Amino acid sequence: MFRFIRDHLRLTLAFKLGFLVLASTGAVFLLAFTYSNYIARGLMLEAVEENTRNLARSTVNRIEALLREVQPLPQSIAHHIASEPHTEQEITRMIQHVLRASPHIYGSAVAYAPDEFTKGVRSFAPYVYRKNGGFSFKNLGNANYDYGAEDWYLIPRELGKAIWTDPYYDEGGGEAMMCTYSVPLFRESNGQRVFVGVVTADVQLEHLVEIVSSIKLYKTGYAFLLSQNGQFICHPNQNYVFKESIFSLADDLGEKQWRQIGIKMLRGGEGLARSHMPNSKSMSWLYYAPVSSGWSVGILFPEDEILANLQAMNRVVFWIGAIGFGLLLAVVFVLSRGVTRPIRTLALQTHEIARGNLDLMVPPLRSRDEVGDLSQSFENMRLALKEYVANLASTSAAKERIESELKIARTIQRSFLPKRFPPFPDRTEFDIYATLQAAKEVGGDLYDFFLLDENRLFFSIGDVSGKGVPAALFMAVAKTLMKGVAEQKLTPSQVLTKVNHELYVDNEQMLFVTVFCGILDLRTGELQFTNAGHPPPLLVRQSSGVSWLELPKGVLLGVTEKPEYETWSITLGPQDKLFIYTDGVTEARSATGEFFTDDRLRVLVENLAGLSPKALVEGVVAEAQNHTGKAPQWDDITALCIQYHGHA
Amino acid sequence: MEPRMRRQSKKAHVRLLACVLVAIVLMGTRSLQAQEPAPLTKVTLLPQWLPQAQFAGYYMAVEKGFYKQHGLDVTVLDGGPRKSVAPALRSGEATFATQFLSTALAMRDEGLPLVHLAQVTQRSALMLVAHKSHGIHSVKDLDGKKVGLWKDFSAQPMALFRKCNLRVRTIAQGPMINLFMRGGVDAASAMWYNEYHLFLNSGLNEDEVTLIFYDQHDLNFPEDSILCLDETWRTRPEVCHQFVRASLKGWQYVIEHQEESLRVVMQRTGQARTGTNRAHQRWMLQCMCDLIKPVKPATRMGELTQEAYERVVCELKNNDQIRLAPAFEEFHVPIHP
Repeated sequence: MFRFIRDHLRLTLAFKLGFLVLASTGAVFLLAFTYSNYIARGLMLEAVEENTRNLARSTVNRIEALLREVQPLPQSIAHHIASEPHTEQEITRMIQHVLRASPHIYGSAVAYAPDEFTKGVRSFAPYVYRKNGGFSFKNLGNANYDYGAEDWYLIPRELGKAIWTDPYYDEGGGEAMMCTYSVPLFRESNGQRVFVGVVTADVQLEHLVEIVSSIKLYKTGYAFLLSQNGQFICHPNQNYVFKESIFSLADDLGEKQWRQIGIKMLRGGEGLARSHMPNSKSMSWLYYAPVSSGWSVGILFPEDEILANLQAMNRVVFWIGAIGFGLLLAVVFVLSRGVTRPIRTLALQTHEIARGNLDLMVPPLRSRDEVGDLSQSFENMRLALKEYVANLASTSAAKERIESELKIARTIQRSFLPKRFPPFPDRTEFDIYATLQAAKEVGGDLYDFFLLDENRLFFSIGDVSGKGVPAALFMAVAKTLMKGVAEQKLTPSQVLTKVNHELYVDNEQMLFVTVFCGILDLRTGELQFTNAGHPPPLLVRQSSGVSWLELPKGVLLGVTEKPEYETWSITLGPQDKLFIYTDGVTEARSATGEFFTDDRLRVLVENLAGLSPKALVEGVVAEAQNHTGKAPQWDDITALCIQYHGHA
Repeated sequence: MEPRMRRQSKKAHVRLLACVLVAIVLMGTRSLQAQEPAPLTKVTLLPQWLPQAQFAGYYMAVEKGFYKQHGLDVTVLDGGPRKSVAPALRSGEATFATQFLSTALAMRDEGLPLVHLAQVTQRSALMLVAHKSHGIHSVKDLDGKKVGLWKDFSAQPMALFRKCNLRVRTIAQGPMINLFMRGGVDAASAMWYNEYHLFLNSGLNEDEVTLIFYDQHDLNFPEDSILCLDETWRTRPEVCHQFVRASLKGWQYVIEHQEESLRVVMQRTGQARTGTNRAHQRWMLQCMCDLIKPVKPATRMGELTQEAYERVVCELKNNDQIRLAPAFEEFHVPIHP
């Protein structure tokens, strides 16, 4: 679910903030509410238990008071009768006396065991009871009233102690609902206890019922009284009285718990129990306490009535909570909107900035919080970006200028080199062709040729260390010097010596140049040449094929103060060619780093030996460039070829 | 002799007059309604005790019209301690009555000319209930104990004590259950369908008592029987037949419709203000349905076997409750459903 929301809903910061604040506040409120409710409920039940305990005990005490008032009287009659024999009249008088003294006693009897009053009398039981404001007399020992089977006679006889009977309707006797306190009477005979009879005192049930039924609790709470057998002696529902016991109700209504409660009640227990109301789903509380006669007083009150106050309080607390929650919702909403508004503005602004609009100003924020800092940082970033972009533009302009200047420099450099071919269309003794493919815009290679006089051709090829403008300038200097010096009818080695001197003097950059130069006598084909650290040229003889030209040793120009150069000479036969190049050819590097190599060059030149100088040069350069392929060209590639045709 | 003769002839005149009047009335109604069904014979039944589920079969036979189907207009009277069966039968207030078989034999022994029409309950519901807390866990533990007995129903317990050679102090117990509940006796007589359940619904738990059933000690007495005077049987045998058939139909209905029967029983107990409750009557009804079942598969509902009869007679004689007993065939008249 959350994953879905996270993935599919773009939740605003305000919503998230509000949600979290409210959720946690709600949780805290709920927790506090539940806890306080729990505690309040406990306290309330404690108070209710206390109240009902007091109520139950006071009820029990009132019943006990009634019982206590009755109990001594049959005891005293028993005492009198046991001490000496009495006539029927005496007994009746005694009973009447007792009844007069104790208004709560309804009737009283002395019931003798067979033969105990007089020998031969099976049953004799004088009974006096109240009737129509006076007293009425009966002998219960008659044919219609078998007191020998009555509880009030049997039970004290068998238990040997005084008892309270359960309530009963005394049919044929007092003709009323009553409970009887019955005291057994014994005499000693030959060391044995002989049962004489019982003395009874009846209490009309209505006195007990009044005590219990007067109890009202909350709205519908009530008290009830259980007999020793669990029968309802007193209950607001008259259908229960003397018909149902707590056990029969439990049985009939399927409330097993009541049986347990009933057993606790009848076995003298006291306490609080929670259970269903009869015929109702609602819960009730029952406080029960025992009466010494074996009965039990129960006070039952519906739970919702006890907790009505708590529920009322809960309603108020709930509404306070709900309204507070609503207010909090509003506050959180407004607050989070306030907090996030600059962020949202910032988000919109930065969105524009991200699209490239650096002129849009981030509005300054008055708030001195993190959002204010963030806003300030964004503004700073925008300004920095803008400045950077401006710098970038000017740098680019400068670079472009340099490049255009380099282009001009190249043009100038190229203009130094003879590039009109054939250079001497009217001379038939030789053919010459040269080319320079610069690695960068401005290269460091050079070649040159010119006629010193009618019959002598000077040519040179060189390679300046480094590349770019410094190399080009050095090359220009070297070439210019060479041209200047060569015109003074010197040998090639002398030319180089002089040039070296000039270069060496002002060579603060410590640049150097390799040079191969020679002078070809067009009449004889004699070739004088010298070398300053340059790779050997290939000599293509008509007679003996391609070979490396043997070179004198000589150091690079511009490095030492007084180098020594030698001039060697050979004679070229008609159609012989000399192929000169810079190391840009042999050291042309392929994409995989392989060099072109001397051997390959030699084979190539052998293959191309029959071609014109132009074709030879272009063929070698094309092959070298082909070798390089798409890899960048590392060095200038320069090649020059002279073919001697012989004197005309 | 003479006054009696005269009284009889006077009776005869009255009877004749009544017949003439009835004839006139019948002729008058017949002229109005040609298809008038045979008039119902009015009879009364006196059960031996207050209205309760013990007599549900008769209430249901009235309620469901079984008696009417058998040509009878039956009134079920309320029995109880103030309404003894013998005088009611003798006076003609009750045409039929129910009574324990043993009590019926005692009544006959005392000179009431009873005949036995049907044996409704086949097993003894009479039992002994003993406090386990008084150390009674089986029959032999009754030795030396105080046991409450009902005078009229002492034959079975006394036979049991003799049979098991127990010395028991017997106490004449009353109709109330409190003597036992308060421990005044170690064991008490009880009816399975009545007092035993009252014990339970007075807070005694089943596991606190030991139950002793007589039928488990070869002392089964069939109990509730349907009786009438010998004269009724001789003069109106067909009425007796129809009454027993309809009554047994009522019992069959009770067995099959216990909750409905319980409602009717509760109405009867309510009218009679017997102070009972539904839980108790439900228990009693279930017990009755069980007690009615024939003990042996060969016997049918309502049948009294000679074997059972002889056992009851024998034990009653042993207990000095009767001196003489009629022959089985003389006492029990077989009614075929």
